[in-house]
Order: sequence, then C-alpha cells, then structure tokens
Amino acid sequence: MASGKTLTISLMDPPYESETTTTVLRIIDAALRRGHNVNVFAYEGAVALPLKTQAAHPNPVKGTTAEEQHHPTTSGFISALFEAARAGGAKLDWVNCGLCVDERGATDWIEGVRRGGPADFVKMAQESTNTLVIGTR
Amino acid sequence: MARYLSVVERAYHGTLEEQDDTILWVNHMFKNAGADVSLLLRSNAVNYAVKGQDASGLTFGKAALDVPPTIDHDVEELIKAGASIYAVEEDLADRGIDKSELIAGVKVVGRREVAKLFDQHDQIWHW
Repeated sequence: MASGKTLTISLMDPPYESETTTTVLRIIDAALRRGHNVNVFAYEGAVALPLKTQAAHPNPVKGTTAEEQHHPTTSGFISALFEAARAGGAKLDWVNCGLCVDERGATDWIEGVRRGGPADFVKMAQESTNTLVIGTR
Repeated sequence: MARYLSVVERAYHGTLEEQDDTILWVNHMFKNAGADVSLLLRSNAVNYAVKGQDASGLTFGKAALDVPPTIDHDVEELIKAGASIYAVEEDLADRGIDKSELIAGVKVVGRREVAKLFDQHDQIWHW
C-alpha cells in the first residue's frame, strides 16, 4: 500500500564499478516494498545504469556461457524495480541527466526512464519527504 | 619469463554486479594467457582471502542475482592456476582477521617484507 511518502536519490556512480550502485538499487527496492515513492536523479556515469543495450556475457575464467552465468545487467535490475513499483502501487521516477547522456552517447534506455536536468532534481527534492545524495567516492 | 606482481587493495567494488572482482578476474585471464603473475592483497582486499564468503540472496523486485560472486573460490582457483597469493599481515590484523580464517595456500607477509617482495618481481602492477 502506498505510504504517501517520497524519497529522492541522486546517484553518480556508473554500473559495474562500485558496490554503491548495488546498494542504491537495494535502497530503492526496500523503499518501494514499503510503499514509498522513489525519485532518482542519475547524474554523470549513473546515466549508463538503465542502458537497454547492456548484454549478458560468458565468463571465460570459469568456462561458463552467458546463460549458465546468468550475468546480471543493471538495466534488468531497474526494469524489475519499475515492475515492483507498479505492482505495489508506488511510483518510481527515474530521470537521466540529459547533458551527461549526450556527452556519453548513452541514449538508449529501458522503458520508464526519462530525460531531465538539475532542475528536475531540485523539484524532486522540494516535493520529497527526504533526499539522499550519493556522490562518487 | 618476466614476473609480475599485481597489487589489489580496492575491494568489493562492483563485485555483485560483475559476479566477481574485476582485478582478480583479469589477472586470472593474464595467467591463462601465460603470464607469471602473483597477487598481493592489501588494505580491504585482504578480505578476499577469507574462506566461507556468501553473497547470495540479492533481489530487486522479482529479479534475483542467481549466480552471486564467490571471491574466496576465485582466489582458490587462482592458486590452483599457479598464482602466488600474498596478504599483508598487518592489514589482516587491523580487520580482526585471523590467519586460520584464510583459504589454504595464501601467503601472509609483513609490511616490512613487501619491498623485498617487489624486488622479486620484474614489474609491479598497482590496480
């Protein structure tokens, strides 16, 4: 059941390079499970997290195929979060910073992600119960 | 043949998404390509040598990470492949890790011995 509360998160880390992204996705998952709405402002490298063109690959060290390895993609995780939001009656709004997208050519996203900018983050923060800024370390 | 020492200190960065540690992985690939490479685990990376790690259970909505990373197993496989794995003794102690918790075959070296270890290799790759 929707709680009526909204959490905004600003995230900067790219996929596959830090545990920060996994932790943020876990926070989003936990918030959605509690019925909270979640806004995400993906800034800099984080705009690559929902790229639709991400693909599973095999692991030549282990000798496993992509299917056996069931290699995850962050875009797959984010798709599951959108589904969880819809199922639970909460809202997930994911904004990719447009200029960050342009400079990276990272334009092909999964369904649900929209283009925006810093002004969207300000609006999100103003309308949220609280805001969590997670910068790159 | 030239001897290489890879120094690994940045630990658990992207290991869940990658299902392994990228530096251990690429060094295993170097080994498979014929390189005589050893690894020195220091700082937080000494925890990679602790046996019995379990990273299972991660889910996002209905999406589950079915194949979690098994870093300790990956270190064991590197040893089996012929790579020497060193861990800095003081970094283990700082984190409360007893030598009995380490997987078999990991060589514990004191900080004072690290320079000597460097001298035993032709190139040092600090990741």
